[in-house]
Amino acid sequence: MGLKIHQEKIDAAAGEQLVSLCPFGAISYDGTLSINSSCRLCKMCAREGPAGAITWEEEGPAAECDKAAWRGVAVFAEQRWGKVHPVSLELVGKAQQLAAVTGHPVYALLIGSQVRPAARELLEYGVDKVFVYDDPRLSDFLIGPYANAFTDFITHVHPSSILVGATSLGRSLAPKVAARMRAGLTADCTMLEMKENTDLVQIRPAFGGNIMAQIVTPNARPQFCTVRYKIFSAPQRTEVKGEVVEMQLEEAGFASRTEVLNVLRKPSNKDISDAEIIVAVGRGLKSRDDLELIRAFAEQIGAQLACTRPLIEAGWFDPRQQIGLSGRTVKPKVIVTVGISGAVQFTAGMNSSDLIIAINTDRSAPIFDVAHYGFVGDLYEILPRLLERIKEGIYV
Amino acid sequence: MDIIVCVKQVPGTSQVEIDPVTGVLKRDGVASKLNPYDLFALEAAFRIQEQAGGTVRTLSMGPDQAISSLLETVYMGAGSGVLLSDRRFAGSDVHATSYVIQSVVRQMGHFDLVICGKQTTDGDTAQVGPEMAEMLGIEHAANVLSIDEVDEAGITVTLNLDDVLQTQRMAFPCLITIEKDANTPRLPSYRRMKERGKDMITVYSAGDLDAVDESRCGLKGSPTQVERIFPPEKNRDKELLEGTPQELQAALAALLRSRKLI
Repeated sequence: MGLKIHQEKIDAAAGEQLVSLCPFGAISYDGTLSINSSCRLCKMCAREGPAGAITWEEEGPAAECDKAAWRGVAVFAEQRWGKVHPVSLELVGKAQQLAAVTGHPVYALLIGSQVRPAARELLEYGVDKVFVYDDPRLSDFLIGPYANAFTDFITHVHPSSILVGATSLGRSLAPKVAARMRAGLTADCTMLEMKENTDLVQIRPAFGGNIMAQIVTPNARPQFCTVRYKIFSAPQRTEVKGEVVEMQLEEAGFASRTEVLNVLRKPSNKDISDAEIIVAVGRGLKSRDDLELIRAFAEQIGAQLACTRPLIEAGWFDPRQQIGLSGRTVKPKVIVTVGISGAVQFTAGMNSSDLIIAINTDRSAPIFDVAHYGFVGDLYEILPRLLERIKEGIYV
Repeated sequence: MDIIVCVKQVPGTSQVEIDPVTGVLKRDGVASKLNPYDLFALEAAFRIQEQAGGTVRTLSMGPDQAISSLLETVYMGAGSGVLLSDRRFAGSDVHATSYVIQSVVRQMGHFDLVICGKQTTDGDTAQVGPEMAEMLGIEHAANVLSIDEVDEAGITVTLNLDDVLQTQRMAFPCLITIEKDANTPRLPSYRRMKERGKDMITVYSAGDLDAVDESRCGLKGSPTQVERIFPPEKNRDKELLEGTPQELQAALAALLRSRKLI
């Protein structure tokens, strides 16, 4: 399987054409044509280039994976001190939708110490089977034993799909287990669908979010993905119909070359991930002093302040206040974006907000593609006037 | 103490645009740079070396142009760099990429510690570090905020687990990924730039790797496949308001009021 170069069909003109055609700059021509490792096998050259110059050679089909041997949509239920992380409950909701397509059960995997109440909670959210590894030696997150318990679960239960919350812990544990299973793992999915043949359709922003990529794992199981907090919604509590399955990790599985010395709760900062109302500001703001205007506006509508990446880089905000692919994902009831053009790496972190209001001077800014209400105007003309009017008591 | 730092050359801006008609990436004027997250990994390595001695080598996979990024790491303080460049690895997903890079790590001989940035700015997956660690048969810690202690046998680190900070002692060999802003990265040294050149960088191709299973590389070794790409969905029920500042202010006030925000 690969690209085949037919040098005899490539003259200088064809060479030039192919060089400029390649979106990744992977082709060079100096009398002979060569492709370097920037090539992403997009096949653009084979498809759009001079006929027969570069061709795509298929190989015979690879050995088929027995998909029928893998059943169930599993959620890794992250817990700390016996409490299930809300992202895991959101994933249970999504898992139920996915499992409904194929008639598979929904499983949860719970690893920790004294996690019975968490197991009970998962059942109340409609999980069919909660597999529990409960041992004092699993009370702290130790990568080795946690990965061993996870692997033990997979080898015993054979789930077809596994959803993991994209928390710091999930993003550390999932790739380790996926690598061990030689399985595919798609990070930060924003949409998930299920095919009838049990292939999990994973959609995530790619190339900094300028396009969406739909990714499948056509010939391997299990299929891993991570999803951020607040992308999906938790289901309603329901009548308990599932059961808890106690699992036991063998002694060797607890071996660890890491020893936890201390676990410290972080000082609780108001987290924008949990905010109901947000005012987000971007590069439309001309100077740091103008933040006062935005702050006054945010205060007026009871909002928390957030920002885009450039303002973090400028040092105007704490990194925890950044929304977007490299920052937080938020899903507030209302978000007002001010002076934000709306590159997809920003909007990917907020486009599931209930109500999006955008103020921007550029009518063609992509933020207006995601905003429910777009105001084409200058924040410096609109906001001071609004604050003035509020001060005058006009809206009381 | 022998440290290997994995780095990647990434597009100079994340604002890569796609021509909506041809679907081709517009890369005019888009320069490449060292992945910004890797700077914190490099700085962490140099500080450990200053304290404990030993070597710092850097490693990258990518096209020949990535030599410039490896040179940058040498100017900052790395002893040498290795670039793996081979078209046979094209089309690799995260799993296959991790496999290829760990094969190079194995090729590089003895190491105590592998350090990676938290993630890259182009892929944003944060997966290659942990996957490599598993394939190398070593433990890892992701999102390391501080390196608290280093000695012959191991390292004590504090990592970010969202709501808690966990301090742990890890035995060598192991792999860590460094959180953004964990330290203040140094700049390339002018003196080193004058003294050192491309001979500090070794370029490998697939044939130079002793133990690499080609069926685990490239498209063949990739469990995941991109089925299609498409532009992000646009919101259909949108309303665009234009007008004088007065009109816009009044409309905004009405909207906020209808939601009981003012």
